[in-house]
Amino acid sequence: MLSPSHFSAVVLFAACVSTVFGITMRETPRRMFRYGIYCFVLFVGSAILLSWVMYLIAR
Amino acid sequence: MAAIEDKNSAGRGQQDGFVYLPLIAGWLVPGAGHFVQRKWGRGALLAIAIISMFALGLAMQGRLYTKADDILDMLGLVGDLGSGLLYIVGRAIGLGSDSVQLTTADYGTRFIVVAGLLNVIAAVDAHNLRTGRKA
Repeated sequence: MLSPSHFSAVVLFAACVSTVFGITMRETPRRMFRYGIYCFVLFVGSAILLSWVMYLIAR
Repeated sequence: MAAIEDKNSAGRGQQDGFVYLPLIAGWLVPGAGHFVQRKWGRGALLAIAIISMFALGLAMQGRLYTKADDILDMLGLVGDLGSGLLYIVGRAIGLGSDSVQLTTADYGTRFIVVAGLLNVIAAVDAHNLRTGRKA
């Protein structure tokens, strides 16, 4: 059984979703790659940011 | 002029046949909608991403939705059905049938639903390529 941490699950999720978003939402390979990276950074970055917000609220 | 006519005739040739084949193939098998149009690289990446996500969901002991008793189950079932043959084969061999009360199992269930939804997006993209709406 696979039991990743919350952060690992976010990274796996972001990697798969960003790949599909990049390929389907843009037309040229270069723009696909850039949009995929952009989505990945937003997914992971927003998860980290929200984690800090919740940590500070809980203190 | 002759080059333009050649290009137009090539475009007409590409439009021949069953327009919905990439859509249906892409829904049944992730990436197949792109493969039938010889977009090997895109199809392979889509297949890897979607099949990995589905497999990761099952590896985390995620659940495959089987019935639609309430609205949330119904939405989950619709999401799962987006995976096409992955869902049908998974159900047939009894994968994802245990209801496990673990956090990772809940993540796994979401991974499986999202894999189905991503597969629908990929199939629609293949259809757009077929109709010429996307290059």
